[in-house]
Amino acid sequence: MSTLTVLLRKEFKQIFRNKTILAISFVAPVVQFLVLPLAANFEIKNINLAIVDHDRSSTSQKLVSQITGSGFFKLVDYSSSFKQAYHLIETDEADLILEIPLDMERNLIRENSAKVFIAVNAINGTKAVIGGNYLNAIIAETNKNILTELMPDVNLNQEIDLATAYWFNPKLNYKISIIPGILAVLVTMIGGFLSALNIVKEKESGTIEQINVTPIRKIDFILGKLIPFWILAMIVFTIGLTLAYLIYDIVPQGNLLVLYSFISVYLLAVLGFGLLISTYCNTQQEAMFLAFFFVMIFILMGGLFTSIDSMPEWAKMITKINPVNYMINVMRLVVLKGSGFRDILPDFAIVLIMAFVLNGWAVLNYRKTS
Amino acid sequence: MNTTSSLSIVRNQLFSFVRKEFYHVLRDKKVLLILFGMPIVQVLLFGFVLSNEVKDTRIIVIDVARDEASRQLITKLGASCYFKIDHISTNENEIEPTFKKGKIKAAIVFPLNFQHDLQHGNSAQVQIITDGTDVNAANTINGYIMSIIQDFSLESNPLQKVSYRIVPEVRMLYNPQLLGAPNFVPGVMAMVLMLVCVMMTAVAIVKEKEMGTMEVLLVSPMRPLLVIISKAVPYLLLSFVNLSVIILLSVYVLNVPVKGSIVLLLSLSALFIITCLSLGILISIQTDSQQAAMFASLIGMLLPTIMLSGFMFPIENMPWPLQLISNIAPSRWYYIIVKDVMIKGAGFSSVWRETLILVGMTIALLAISMKKFKIRLA
Repeated sequence: MSTLTVLLRKEFKQIFRNKTILAISFVAPVVQFLVLPLAANFEIKNINLAIVDHDRSSTSQKLVSQITGSGFFKLVDYSSSFKQAYHLIETDEADLILEIPLDMERNLIRENSAKVFIAVNAINGTKAVIGGNYLNAIIAETNKNILTELMPDVNLNQEIDLATAYWFNPKLNYKISIIPGILAVLVTMIGGFLSALNIVKEKESGTIEQINVTPIRKIDFILGKLIPFWILAMIVFTIGLTLAYLIYDIVPQGNLLVLYSFISVYLLAVLGFGLLISTYCNTQQEAMFLAFFFVMIFILMGGLFTSIDSMPEWAKMITKINPVNYMINVMRLVVLKGSGFRDILPDFAIVLIMAFVLNGWAVLNYRKTS
Repeated sequence: MNTTSSLSIVRNQLFSFVRKEFYHVLRDKKVLLILFGMPIVQVLLFGFVLSNEVKDTRIIVIDVARDEASRQLITKLGASCYFKIDHISTNENEIEPTFKKGKIKAAIVFPLNFQHDLQHGNSAQVQIITDGTDVNAANTINGYIMSIIQDFSLESNPLQKVSYRIVPEVRMLYNPQLLGAPNFVPGVMAMVLMLVCVMMTAVAIVKEKEMGTMEVLLVSPMRPLLVIISKAVPYLLLSFVNLSVIILLSVYVLNVPVKGSIVLLLSLSALFIITCLSLGILISIQTDSQQAAMFASLIGMLLPTIMLSGFMFPIENMPWPLQLISNIAPSRWYYIIVKDVMIKGAGFSSVWRETLILVGMTIALLAISMKKFKIRLA
């Protein structure tokens, strides 16, 4: 045990002496935590709409006022020239064009139906779909109004009344939805990168030889590397959680003990992964790129920005061995939904196994002879 | 010594230095593998794995009604590709625990007398509960459930079919199948070029400082600035290879063709690569250790590329200070250029402003680097 304490003292000294890295590992996450939730706003608002009205009838006027009154759209242009509207799409000033053809009102009354054309700039798929949906919903509403006006006797009540509720985030606040995930990503990046660079730095500067000639056991050496970064990452996580409360007013709904017990095991897995990379590499450059490569894939496939349900089956299999996926899931469950330990037990068990496998592998792969 | 022979000496020196750098790059097999593997994996990930669609979302149905109408509607929900019914239950208390296990994203409740209410003109109620922790998914899921139920109510109520209605006809421009690819291919290009040019260049130069070999290079007869430039050349070529791989993958695997002029795309990409290289050189001059250079390029460059270029997150949603900051991220302008030229097929006339900004940035970065560059290290 005393070997370990000596090693730990050495590691802590090295960490505290390197002011740049220390500053980066605290300041960077804090800054990101302040900036990312502001930047990562997928809320679809300010959809810019250009209306081309060839009809200029009372019905078209009604439709236009209905649309502008909805609050979803910003009317950037109202003209009779499709060419002009199309140019606005080309320059990214408009996202949607609504074209009301000539005789729309007349067709509506004579033939019971009339067409309007919607052209969507679909490069940004989400915005296109949601914008189109809003417009469709407004047109459906206008239809209903026209119907009651023209056929007052029809009973419109014969339809299903839909009561919607959003649980755990009733106002659909985007920040609430994204912050637990961002915290998960930050802790993963800090832990993964720092631990990946650590052993390899000793290799590059040659100091690892000095350790290799001592009777220090392999497991002590790995633990000596693991524990300081574990503490560091725990502190970063705690700071993040505090900031989430102070700035974004997010209080974990579940038990903090449940949360921390999961995080502590999760960090062991992430740090183990970093150390494993470190034992395989010979230069910091290699380690950095390898760590970056995997962490990037882990984060992209972690289910924070896109849903795992929509992935193809083979990709779903991969997400099963992705630790970030479990972390993001548990953060959402415990922080936002207030799940208890029994709910997250499957995730906990899997991450625990990962921690053992990765660290065991790192110990085995660390060779004292080169 | 006449000028032509001294020029040829400089050329020979430069050539041998560039060759030395190529050896450095090509000998490190792991880094090389990742440099080429990264863009391929990213394109495939974004092309086939990551999407904003809603598909196979797990839902729970609480069918208290248990009548013909509710059963029909449940079949309709289960048959759509959007939803997978986790299970059907009659107990409303099951909703919360199932949400807390993270197994479902939505719950639909049919109350007692659903069919009776529906047929007798009292509006029948259906309750939709969606998991709000993932906002955009919640919106989309809710929309799909609502449209399925409305379809059903329209079918079961023939009277509503005859009516005056305006029928919208929707046309999707540029990207009719609503693929994610046209949106992210430009982003992946910006990200990979940034990674290769900024991070690799910065680290490679700082590494010589850290190992002490920089001193050796600086006392050689080669001009110090040329030493630095020759370090950047291999990465220039590497990034061109990467660029071609991404474009080929996007054309032949993802079916996203280059709509505009390929020459314009490549020459503006070359400009962006030079901007990135000068940024990498500046970082390498300012930092002393590999770790510092890595973190500076990672946190200072790569994250802003991902966050502020408009590729992942829409710029118009950001608060104005961030929008202001996003202006100094070179990738923001490159992203616009690629989107306009490659996806929309625009010509130089519509991207000259972005080009000019990149040129200005490059000149500024190089000027600062020259000024900060010191021949002596200590």
